[in-house]
Amino acid sequence: MNPWKNRGNKPTRTGFGEGIAEAGGLEPRLVVLGADITASVGLDLFKERFPDRFFSLGIAEQNGMAVAAGMVLAGKIPVFSTYAVFAAFRAADQLRISVCYNNLKVIIGGAHAGISVGPDGATHQALEDLAVVRSLPNMTVLSPCDATQARQAALMAVREINGPVYIRFGREAVPNFIPENLSFVPGKAQILRNGNDLALVATGHMVWETLQAAELLAAEGIQARVINMHTLKPLDVTSILSAARETHAILTAEEHQIINGLGSAVAEVVVKNYPVPMDFVGIQDSFGESGQPQELMEKYGLTSSHIYQKALSLYQRKKSIHL
Amino acid sequence: MRAQDRELLQTSRSIREWVIRSLAAAGSGHLGGSLGLADVFTFLYFSEMKHKPEEPQWEDRDILVLSIGHVAPVLYSTLAHAGYFPKEELLTLRKLGSRLQGHPGRDHGLPGVELSAGSLGQGIGVAVGWALARKRDHHPGRIFCVTGDGELQEGSVWEAAMAASHYQLNNLVVIVDRNGVQIDGKTESVMQLEPLSAKWESFGWKVIECSGNNFESLGIAFEQANQKENKPVVIIAKTLMGKGVQEIEGDYRWHGKAPDTIQAQRFLEQIAVYYESMEK
Repeated sequence: MNPWKNRGNKPTRTGFGEGIAEAGGLEPRLVVLGADITASVGLDLFKERFPDRFFSLGIAEQNGMAVAAGMVLAGKIPVFSTYAVFAAFRAADQLRISVCYNNLKVIIGGAHAGISVGPDGATHQALEDLAVVRSLPNMTVLSPCDATQARQAALMAVREINGPVYIRFGREAVPNFIPENLSFVPGKAQILRNGNDLALVATGHMVWETLQAAELLAAEGIQARVINMHTLKPLDVTSILSAARETHAILTAEEHQIINGLGSAVAEVVVKNYPVPMDFVGIQDSFGESGQPQELMEKYGLTSSHIYQKALSLYQRKKSIHL
Repeated sequence: MRAQDRELLQTSRSIREWVIRSLAAAGSGHLGGSLGLADVFTFLYFSEMKHKPEEPQWEDRDILVLSIGHVAPVLYSTLAHAGYFPKEELLTLRKLGSRLQGHPGRDHGLPGVELSAGSLGQGIGVAVGWALARKRDHHPGRIFCVTGDGELQEGSVWEAAMAASHYQLNNLVVIVDRNGVQIDGKTESVMQLEPLSAKWESFGWKVIECSGNNFESLGIAFEQANQKENKPVVIIAKTLMGKGVQEIEGDYRWHGKAPDTIQAQRFLEQIAVYYESMEK
């Protein structure tokens, strides 16, 4: 049985919004920029509490990103949150030059990431945002696994991280299972389940699916280590290499294209230092489509049973090599 | 000619000469726009802006956001003349390890560089953010932003223009380098900008037009810019690309070119001729 208790489903964006509102009370320099979807990205809470520190900028993401950069230079800590497709793509040039090249502490929220956005379809399902943001110098990339962790990530971004931070979250309510007292340290992955037969490295909402998959594997006597890679950059190289050395097989899982996401990041480390068999759960180089979140997770191969299936064949592959 | 204008004229002459020298030393870079903007930069740093070269991060300073990053040579030459760093360093422009990057780079440590910029249409948005935060804090300093005219073809400029007037940013002054040319030719044939004043006005800005190569005209323009209404101000400064070097004036082929040493010598001679005629 999965030892982690779901305390009730909750969207990660809500946790992010709570974290930012909480940080607003602690940090007077914190300001929030709105791009017409303030409530939708969880920031209405901050707006209600601190109306004089909220700035509406309309449907103009390129300007929003540049304005955020200017506000840092004027001594503020701005939060600019919009849908991940806009944060990472529409405003990509402003993100690259005005924010990252200038190395300015803008907290960027990438909302509605992943296929589970659902009925809105391909235009609004960010499946390539991690590829963009993790390749930008100076950037920290966080991808919390539930609402509790999203709140912790928001607080940590305000308090501890210097330079630009991208925090990715989803739309749907997902299991909220990380205990409040499990500390969140950016760049330090969390081992949520021990095991030495293979390692499952997941990020975002896929961590929960992966924990479920690990239980399916356990029922067959295969003990999987589950690693919550909540920070894609800087990547926790130590935990990846320990997993490679101790389990000799790594499966990654993400609600993102296989190309240039978590799997690629992990593979870059593994291939260079300690090559072991790997496989990847994620979107296979295609756009999404409309549908209910769960239907899409099924169709695009992102559920716990898909993870279980791939993990099983990866484990068998490893055994055949090591016999 | 007013005495202060005579002084500005001397300064702008040296700024132009060092622009030519630094570009010749670099072997690449943007000469035309840099020469065209020499008077605007001279006016800003030697007459208009509150700043302390000995204390570049002085809290109350006015800010210059250079949106049109490729005219970095005139920014660098002006900063050096203002005392931010030695003029000799201008000869390291675009070289490996230099603090003088091809387009301004903040993290390369050159004092006086406020923003890394070079991708057109972004600096004005940053300036709006800076001005908005300062206005909210009742900060006394103003934000100046220099943009190109071809740059105004970027849609993000108009997003920023909308936001500046929405927030009544009367601490923001944008200076448009209206030289009428861009890489592919005349702005009006590449992508029409006119009626340019009407565009800014319709976005809620106070518009001032002036000659950007004439200190008296610049003086009047900035004086008008200081008469505070609850609006951001745009100064459309008509300039001549390559101003001061007769053989390249108005020639868009010199947008992104640097002179070789022989050309540089000739250009410096033409600068001398230009300033002798101005001083008469």
